[in-house]
Formats: sequence, C-alpha cells, structure tokens
Amino acid sequence: VAGAGGGCNDVQWCFSQVKGAIDDDVAEADIISTVEFNHSGELLATGDKGGPCQPAPVPRGVQRVQAPSRATNPSSDYLKSLEIEEKINKIRWLPQKNAAQFLLSTNDKTIKLWKISERDKRPEGYNLKEEDGRYRDPNTVTTLRVPVFRPMDLMVEASPRRVFANAHTYHINSISVNSDCETYLSADDLRINLWNLEITDRSFNIVDIKPTNMEELTEVITAAEFHPNQCNTFVYSSSKGTIRLCDMRASALCDQHSKMFEEPEDPNNRSFFSEIISSISDVKFSHSGRYMMTRDYLSVKIWDLNMETRPVETYQVHEYLRSKLCSLYENDCIFDKFECCWNGNDSVVMTGSYNNFFRMFDRGYRQDVTLEASRENSKPRSVLKPRKVCTGGKRKKDEISVDSLDFNKKILHTAWHPLDNIIAVATTNNLYIFQDKLN
Amino acid sequence: MDVNTEAKRILAVSISKLYASRSQRGGLRLHRSLLLSLVMRSARDIYHSAYAQAAAEEAAAAMDREEDKEVEEEEDMEDVFESETDSEDKENMNPSRHSRKRRGNTSAAPDFLPSKRARLEPGEERHAVLLGAVVPLGAMGLGSCRVGESLNAFSINRVAMPAC
Repeated sequence: VAGAGGGCNDVQWCFSQVKGAIDDDVAEADIISTVEFNHSGELLATGDKGGPCQPAPVPRGVQRVQAPSRATNPSSDYLKSLEIEEKINKIRWLPQKNAAQFLLSTNDKTIKLWKISERDKRPEGYNLKEEDGRYRDPNTVTTLRVPVFRPMDLMVEASPRRVFANAHTYHINSISVNSDCETYLSADDLRINLWNLEITDRSFNIVDIKPTNMEELTEVITAAEFHPNQCNTFVYSSSKGTIRLCDMRASALCDQHSKMFEEPEDPNNRSFFSEIISSISDVKFSHSGRYMMTRDYLSVKIWDLNMETRPVETYQVHEYLRSKLCSLYENDCIFDKFECCWNGNDSVVMTGSYNNFFRMFDRGYRQDVTLEASRENSKPRSVLKPRKVCTGGKRKKDEISVDSLDFNKKILHTAWHPLDNIIAVATTNNLYIFQDKLN
Repeated sequence: MDVNTEAKRILAVSISKLYASRSQRGGLRLHRSLLLSLVMRSARDIYHSAYAQAAAEEAAAAMDREEDKEVEEEEDMEDVFESETDSEDKENMNPSRHSRKRRGNTSAAPDFLPSKRARLEPGEERHAVLLGAVVPLGAMGLGSCRVGESLNAFSINRVAMPAC
C-alpha cells in the first residue's frame, strides 16, 4: 500500500521513464498542461497545448494515453479523429463501468467525452484480403482458413463521443465527475454548471458569483471538485484564498455556501502581493473524503471538513521565495498555478516547484523531501537524491542557492498512482515516471 | 528600496502588464486581470498616502519657511538701520538669503504615467495623479473577458462596461 511502513524519506524513488523532447527548444504545442491516472492506475492521460500524440506503453502495465489534441503530424494517422485544438486545461477519468474507459477533457470553452480503447491483437489470415488490406483475386483462393487473432504492439485509441459546448462565458478551469457517475460539474471564473453525461445540449447553473456591476468584482472561482463519496457535495476555491462547500440538496442555486473555509491572514506577512499569493490554484479532496487540500503560491494546506476556521496542516513548499515576490511578479512567475495531489492512502501529498523540483510531505511522519526531475538523473533505476535549497549563509555542497534556481523550469502538474508508489511528474514538455525501488 | 519607490515601480510594471495582456492570444484572462488590479490598488494606496504625507510635510515646511522669512526680513530691516553702507556687501556675503526661496511643486505628477495635458495647474496636477494611478476594474474591461475579444478602448477614467 502506498506510503505504509515508513515516511516519505524511507521511500527510494527511482527513475522509470521519460517522454518528450530532449532539447530545450520547447514548442508551445508540446507543453504538458495536465496529467491524470485513471481509477485503476492502469492508464495515464496527459494533455498538452495541441500537438502530435505518441501514446506508448509504460512499464508495469501503465499505459500512457496522450489526451486528444490536434494531430499535426500526418504519421500519427491513427489519431486523426482527435480534434481538440486548444490547450487542454483538465482531464478527468470516469469511473470504469465496463471494459471501455472514458475520460472528460476540457479546454477554455468546451468539454468533450472520449472513449479510450486499447487494441493489442489484430486478426490475421483472411481469405479474401491480403495482410495489407488489398483484396485478393478470388481465382487465387484455393484453400479456406479461419482467421486468427495475433498479438500486436499495444495501440491506444481515443474517439470523441460527446461535446458539451456553449455553456461558459468565461474560461473553464475545472471539471469534476460526480460519484453518482451520472453528472459532472464544470467551473469557469464566475460560474459552475452541472451536466448530465448523457445530455449535451443542456446544463444547470449551480453557482454564479458574477456581480451585477463588474466593477465590483473582488474574487473569481479558481477550482472546483465534487466530494468523492457524497454526490450532493462539492467545493470551490477562490482567488481570495477561501473555499466554499456547497450542498446541492439545499437549493437549486448554491450561491449560499454550507461551509466556508478561510484562514485569517498573518499581518506580519502583508505585502503588495498578499492577494496574489493567497489565491488558491488547486483544491483536491482526500480519497477518504474527510480532508481537502489546497495549494496557494507558497504553501499546501490540509483542511478538515469539520473545521472551517483554519487548516489542520500547513506545508511550506518554497518559503524562500517570499522575499523574492517582487521579482516573481515582474517575470510573471507569481501567476503560476501549481497543482497538488494525494497518494493512494492519503498519507503523503505532493506538489511541484521551480528548477524542476517537486516536493512531498508525509503527514504522519512529519517529513518532507525535495526531488528533481531532470535528464541528468534519468539513468534507468537510478535513485533520486534529495535536493536542498540554501536559504542563506554558507552554501553546503550539493545545495543550490535561491538565486541559481531556474524559474523557467517549473513543475505545475503531478499525479500519484491510486494504489502504488508510482508518480507522474510533468516538466514543461517532458513527462517523468518515477517508482518506488521496491516495486 | 523604500516603500514609496517600490510602490511606484510596481505600479509601472502593473500598467505595462495590463497593456501587454490586452494583446495576448486568447484575450484578457479575468483572474489575472483581477490580481493585477489588486496589486495596483495596494501600490496606489501606498503611493497616495506617501504622496499626501509628503505634500502635507511640504506645506508645513513651507509655512515654517514663510515664518522664517518674515523674521529674517525684520532682521534685515534692523541690519539696514544698523549699517547702511554695508548692506549690499552683506547681501552678497550671505547668499543663503537669496536661496531661501519657496520651492514650488516640481514633481507633482509621477513621471511613469502618461500625461494627458502638457501643463496642469498645481491643484489639477494632484488630481490627475490620483486618477491616473487609479485604474478601476471597469476600465480594464473585466466585464468583457471573452476568448478572442480584446479591449478596443482604454481610458484612465472610469468607463461604463456593458453587462455580459
């Protein structure tokens, strides 16, 4: 079970695989914008800003599924049917009901439902056709044989099944599938809509925070998610650092929250940029449904759903950046939206940082570790060495100073396998898979 | 860097970001525009209060100088009565008397803001500073952040935004 038997510092993370271009010349289309394991952990989906897709098998049965995007490379003709043209903001897998897998993807305006199918066998030995599909001259057919299925390289295909369009005026930032497996929500800056997975021409607006006079706008919705077990409950986070929990049984329009989670600001930390760094970029329920995690610019916070006044745990991701906020504002890094994720048994949380660093926080053992996703550390089975940022004074060997950090190398998207210690970490245009050495 | 200088710099950076975001692909992003406006508001408040304080101090100092000047003039008069033949030399030898001029408002308007008029009256200069530094949400077109659209007109003054 992931995380059991020791803190996160006891786990030795090994490089497993990396996908993506080696050179630093990153095409806009290759920038990874989302990473998501499916519920069984067998499939991994990534979205990008619209480029050619190269699905490939990944060890241990995890298949990498490149989420639909514009296929500009004619050689990937098996993906011709994929037509998402813009940056994919989010992917969410549907719970598996039968052999087929489905996922929802969204760009700024439109949500699409895709069917994922895998093919690892193909029929061979037709009587009337050659292997390449050309029809044989019937006169040459002298024997009859039964075609058989033979193994082939695994091919993963995605085909669009439904399009949910024209429901959002502002940019969609989240989608979340309900535990009832019938509905899902989509959230933009000011509104949240509820959909039925079967019905594309209609959605219900359940949250609307748009003021009558836009000049009075003070906050926007930044993320939303359904509770993993309670189909009537969802949360949405705001740019002001608050999280509202809503119960759809209370009323059709959930403008009145059932609970509001907010931590008072520390007056000692007040600066020009206090509002920006308190904006929540991601919210994720724990698998148990008892807790939720939020990510703001400098920290990760764990909230107990039973306590609204403050988080139960706060983890500093890169506190050394607090004195650099002005520079980070000038180079736009302060607007970066980092995501966060739980491990399978909710004992460890993970999030990304700069310089291709990512951080793990063990909630039980109170340990944390900084690791790096880089090509230099990418020898097969090589163990990742913990990294450390020197915050002042004498820099020790192997430490890196804050001023040496590369702010162009950021890890915004990470995902943790639901059952095992396998993680997917996305740098700008590369996807790294790491796994526990014991596996 | 003192707070006032930093506020001024942040305001300049924010305004340039605002202009840049109008022409970026995909149109204005509402969340980003909102955050920019909040930073600008903080910087503007700091700058405004520092400016007001400086103006108040300047006024107080000017008042003091006025009083000093009156006292000096009385002293001068006494000097003149005391020594008529040396009055010119005294003036030449004491150049500080000539330098005790009342300084005018030489830096009323911040130099990073575009000036709408070539010259402003002192009172209007201060008003323009406040207006120029305030960029209300409506003026940034937050009411029309649709993909593919961009602001067609930008005015430092408040504008009424169409409802979405």
